[in-house]
Amino acid sequence: MTIIVIAGGLSHERDVSLRSGRRVAQALRDIGREVVETDVNADLVGLLQRTPNPVVVPMLHGGLGEDGALREVLGVLGVPFVGPGGAASRLTFDKSVATPVIRAAGIETPRQVALPHDIFRDLGAQALMDGLGGQVGYPLIVKPARSGSALGVTKVTEPGELPSALVAAYAYGPVAVVESYVDGVEIAVTVLDDGDGPVALPAVEIRPLSGVYDYESRYTAGATRFVTPAELPDDVLDAAGELAVAAHKALGLRHLSRFDLIVSDGRPVFIEGNVAPGMTETSLAPLAFEAADRELGEVFAKLVDLAQSAG
Amino acid sequence: MTELHRHDTRLDRFVDSYSERTNGMRVSAVRALFAVANRPEIVSLAGGMPNIKDLPLPEIAGSLEQMIATNGMQVMQYGSGQGEPELRERIIDVMALEGIHAHPDDITITAGSQQGLDLVTRIFCNPGDVILAESPSYVGALGTFLSYQAEVVHVPSDENGIDPVALRETAARLKAEGKRVKFLYTIPNYNNPSGVTQPWERRLEVLAACEAEGVIVVEDNPYGLLSLDADPVPAMRSVEENVVYLGSFSKTFAPGFRVGWVLAPHAVREKLVLAQESATLCPPVFSQFAIANYLANHDWKGQITVFKDMYRERRDAMLRALADEMPAGTTWTHPAGGFFVWVTLPEGLDSQAMLPRGVNARVAFVPGPAFYADGQGARNVRLSFCFPPPDRIEVGVRRFAEVVRRELEVMNTFGVHHSPTLHDNRPGPSANLA
Repeated sequence: MTIIVIAGGLSHERDVSLRSGRRVAQALRDIGREVVETDVNADLVGLLQRTPNPVVVPMLHGGLGEDGALREVLGVLGVPFVGPGGAASRLTFDKSVATPVIRAAGIETPRQVALPHDIFRDLGAQALMDGLGGQVGYPLIVKPARSGSALGVTKVTEPGELPSALVAAYAYGPVAVVESYVDGVEIAVTVLDDGDGPVALPAVEIRPLSGVYDYESRYTAGATRFVTPAELPDDVLDAAGELAVAAHKALGLRHLSRFDLIVSDGRPVFIEGNVAPGMTETSLAPLAFEAADRELGEVFAKLVDLAQSAG
Repeated sequence: MTELHRHDTRLDRFVDSYSERTNGMRVSAVRALFAVANRPEIVSLAGGMPNIKDLPLPEIAGSLEQMIATNGMQVMQYGSGQGEPELRERIIDVMALEGIHAHPDDITITAGSQQGLDLVTRIFCNPGDVILAESPSYVGALGTFLSYQAEVVHVPSDENGIDPVALRETAARLKAEGKRVKFLYTIPNYNNPSGVTQPWERRLEVLAACEAEGVIVVEDNPYGLLSLDADPVPAMRSVEENVVYLGSFSKTFAPGFRVGWVLAPHAVREKLVLAQESATLCPPVFSQFAIANYLANHDWKGQITVFKDMYRERRDAMLRALADEMPAGTTWTHPAGGFFVWVTLPEGLDSQAMLPRGVNARVAFVPGPAFYADGQGARNVRLSFCFPPPDRIEVGVRRFAEVVRRELEVMNTFGVHHSPTLHDNRPGPSANLA
């Protein structure tokens, strides 16, 4: 078997993806696995076809990696891969679709409205923005529907800030989501299913020193404190774990996922899910592995074996 | 129970040990968005990489092989902290093309002129000292200055470079505030990023202003020999021996050798050599001999002419494409040499906020704030014409124009007069932005 770690791609998160891919590839090599690292390029299909018994670990963030496109291709080629299939990835990656699905499963989410830019242009922005404020309430959060790493995300505290926040989100893509702001403790729960059903790993609490968990706080070592397990009552931690596993199932995911939650008034609220959680030196899922006494390489080796046996 | 196993980490065990100089060294979304610039699908109008495809590689390989065979023991050994005499003598001939007459003993060889900048800043600047710079100025220099905790103050500049009246006023004001102004950093030829060239009269006025205010002039001249329209304007150092002059082979030969030089008054040169010895013991010996060999055995002046013809075609392609494609309200400079065009976007646009659109449209550019230490430049973009061939430049400018049009459209939809920005006002050296 040759493990092919795909990282890079042409997304806004290329840099993060390359760092995740390098780390996973090295962890697998450290335990004796044969690993090839590759970017998404014109030679990728050829590489998959000429490699004996390939199993892919997609470490692409954003774009092709998380929107399901690459996974659909792997399915067509019959190449086993770690993580959920194309449809589940697409569903999870697009916040405008994932949040309603999660809400329909009975899980608490922020109030959300998703709108493409064109609708504002065609119907007149001011009336729509007034309506959004009334529907969602301030403060609110504006995000690109399909992006990660907090890129293009703005907290809006009053109506005058909303137009700029929407412009910032639409720089990343044609659809933005507007969500009610949930005030509370930010945590990340990694869900791992390495053969015995999905299990929530210890929740990681995020305490950015700047007060905002933005791109800089996410990827600058030292800029954020991570507390594992989160400093929350055991019953809240249990509820967060149950929420993450329920979300993992509701979205049809497999192997590995990560859910960003906010605990507000003792209740965990779903914020977003990730089908290719970051594995960089400052990422959350590796901290959860560590807290669960699991090694990065060993976890991925097991998932790779599982993917191969599932065919 | 949970408390006993709780793990609290900032993921960097050395986080409380770093010096204050590293405070600005953080990851940023703006820099991360540049990660796509080297992908083949992207037309990169961002990087300032010299285009060395026209170098006679087989001939250079042959002469390097001979150099190793005949002189390998010397070229692969430690050398002089000041740099090899053979190269310093040849640099005199290079500088003569721009009117500079000097002695080889006043030259210190450096690992690219970037290290020259580092050494000059190191010997002159204490934390809090002021360095004056053009508006805008080279991103790599700003990063060096800030790493020595110097304060960079930009002097108003126009289509002819630094405004000498504003220069005197700025220097006087800073002195009145009790600040120590150490030097003026200027790129008078085909400025990076603006493309602007200071005419001869303006150079004399700037020199006079600095003389009157007791400010040293540091003249950085990497592009001087790449004049695309007329003969180069003589260097400031050609009339004033107290100018500290930075030269480079990165654009006239090849950047991979990492060889530049500082020409400085004798007392300054002595300190530069001591600083160089503490930094590197000696600049790269093999590279120095390779360049001396190239200057001795190849038609380096003819090669510069080849480079100029190639860059002229690319510059013209970019200026044509900008005229054809850019929306109303956009202006740009018309460089007479060098690598760069400086674009000013329509009122209210923010070049950093447009970067994600650039990734989506598969074009890379450098937002203006990278070239200021104080957050100016939101409406500006540096486009480089040095690396992509003319047809790719045309595609890139077309994509860039579409990014601008789309941003204007979205702002118009929401009645926003100023686009939101991704804040990253911490310039620093980066090969991608050189």
